[in-house]
Amino acid sequence: MNGRDSSRALDLYRRMLLIRRCEEQLARGHQRGLIHGACHTYVGQEAVAAGVCAQLGAEDVVFSTHRGHGHALAKGVPPRELFAELLGRATGCSRGRGGSMHLFAPEVGLMGTSGIVGPCILQAAGAAYTFKLRADGRVAVAFFGDGAVNNGAFHEGLNMASIWKLPVVFVCENNQFATEVPFSYSAGNPDVASRGAAYGLPGVAVDGNDVLAVDVAAEEAVRRAREGGGPTLLECRTYRTRPHSEGMPDFTYRTREEVEEWKARCPLARLRVKLLEGGTPRNWRRSRRKSRGPSRTPRSSPRKVPGPTRPPRPRTSTRSRGSCPRRPSAPLARSRSCRPPSRR
Amino acid sequence: MQATLEALTEEMARDPAIFVLGEGIGKRGGNFRTTAGLYERYGPLRLCDTPICERGFVGLACGAAMAGARPVVDFMFVDFVLDALGEIFNQIAKVQYMSGGRLRMPVLLRGCIGVGHSAATHHSGSYHPLFAHIPGLRVAVPSNPADAKGLLRHALRGHDPVVFLEHRELLGVKGPVPEGDWEIPFGRAAVVRPGKDVTVVALSLMVRHALAACAALEKEGISVELIDPRTVAPLDVDTVLASVRKTGRLLIVDEAFGPFGLGSEIAAQVAERGLDQLDAPIRRLHGAHAPTPYSPPLEAAVAPTAKTVERAIRDLLED
Repeated sequence: MNGRDSSRALDLYRRMLLIRRCEEQLARGHQRGLIHGACHTYVGQEAVAAGVCAQLGAEDVVFSTHRGHGHALAKGVPPRELFAELLGRATGCSRGRGGSMHLFAPEVGLMGTSGIVGPCILQAAGAAYTFKLRADGRVAVAFFGDGAVNNGAFHEGLNMASIWKLPVVFVCENNQFATEVPFSYSAGNPDVASRGAAYGLPGVAVDGNDVLAVDVAAEEAVRRAREGGGPTLLECRTYRTRPHSEGMPDFTYRTREEVEEWKARCPLARLRVKLLEGGTPRNWRRSRRKSRGPSRTPRSSPRKVPGPTRPPRPRTSTRSRGSCPRRPSAPLARSRSCRPPSRR
Repeated sequence: MQATLEALTEEMARDPAIFVLGEGIGKRGGNFRTTAGLYERYGPLRLCDTPICERGFVGLACGAAMAGARPVVDFMFVDFVLDALGEIFNQIAKVQYMSGGRLRMPVLLRGCIGVGHSAATHHSGSYHPLFAHIPGLRVAVPSNPADAKGLLRHALRGHDPVVFLEHRELLGVKGPVPEGDWEIPFGRAAVVRPGKDVTVVALSLMVRHALAACAALEKEGISVELIDPRTVAPLDVDTVLASVRKTGRLLIVDEAFGPFGLGSEIAAQVAERGLDQLDAPIRRLHGAHAPTPYSPPLEAAVAPTAKTVERAIRDLLED
């Protein structure tokens, strides 16, 4: 890996690590009763959000699903605002009105996560329609799971985006289960990428646990959209290694062995191995200083990462509205590996 | 129809963020001529003919509004847009609240309602109570060209999602429309004609039927105060209450289904706030709670007419 490549890989690694560490803390928070309602973590799928969002500018927008923490963090939502939202605080990114499944941060281009499967596809096409109307060169991205591709919104959204050549990228995170229903059971054609042809748009399948592969595929799709070439369907084949939602049983529909097999394909571990293949990359230190990233090696133990052990003090919604700190402060500031990734 | 076309034409010239989505609204100019001549002026990007996928293009309009555009969805018949209720109720109606007001949702959803022309059950619905039930939506149901123009212009200048429903039997109706740049704010009922014996609240085409009934009753010395709410969300109950204070009697006429409908809502609010003003039980006259039939004599039996409104007023005066 040359200097430029390893610097980029480090940036991707930081994005993934940020998501992983935050999700682990949120899962603990759920176990301790600090997080209410459903909490769908993104553990195992980090490479998709990290790889795709690394190709987007601040002005580009993403629309996401019920499993949206990773997309929010990768697009630049400060971890503190995500945590505050799940803790039900007025300082949360949705001012405490949304929780895990309804994250909004239009300031950084997170246009919303949703508790309903499918609408994000249509909404991303809609944002792309606005960008086309204004000819402003922006790109919209829809993240959705394999469950959404058997929904009418997928059919209608991809068709409209195709006929109007909208600047949108449809990213299917095929984690192989719609809640607990196997995709192999529910899909007449389980090859999602091949469905692009049905709408006259390119469909590309990538290993969704290989962030470098996602990065390359997303680069091409985003470039195509930005240059007026129209939409792309990107199928990222991946796996969630935690239950559908925190606290749910996990081995009624899949085996421990299968989960362990996929844990061994952890996107973070795979990139770490690649990064360290030739010893510590030469520009490691410089890159780290520049991006103010983790001061320890990225291998620092999750146990050493202080999390939101105490909930923030409740505040009134009027006082705190619009005053969310852009940078995390205590207790998250001590968690250096939980800082937002540097923006490209 | 010409009145709303004027409003849309003027607003599209004023605001480049407005674009129209719908089936046949491009070169064809709309099934009901809602966009006649606009395609030639504004081109295919702002007059966007859609495939037949109501859920799809309503969801697309939601995303377009989130990104800063002002979509007008022309869905022809309200029956068609029922396919998109999830997008309307779960997304369009909720985004402003869920985003803490940081995203705006200026989507105008417009189309026809109403029984007539043997259109049968998939082209005859009136579902304004359904939309008015959902927090976050505004629902306008005009009864004449001037109101249609003023309300449409107001919808095109606000930040909120608006469901704008016109009765198909009113589309060809002519009437005076003031010149100039004016709009009608939502939530202000019109007193169509003043009276002292009985208050009638009527919506959309029912206003015309009620006017005919009022004229017939006037010859017998019965004085009816007729109120047109114009928007059912927000609903101006204050004007109705002020009238009931005067007359002591209230009849609500709406072509839509009765259960959980406009009549129920107005009756409940009047009972809550002005029960002691009433000299008789509140009466409601609605369309039949049944699918709309095709055969002309059957169709004529399911919607209120000037005759049935007149009879209902007489019944109320006898209470």
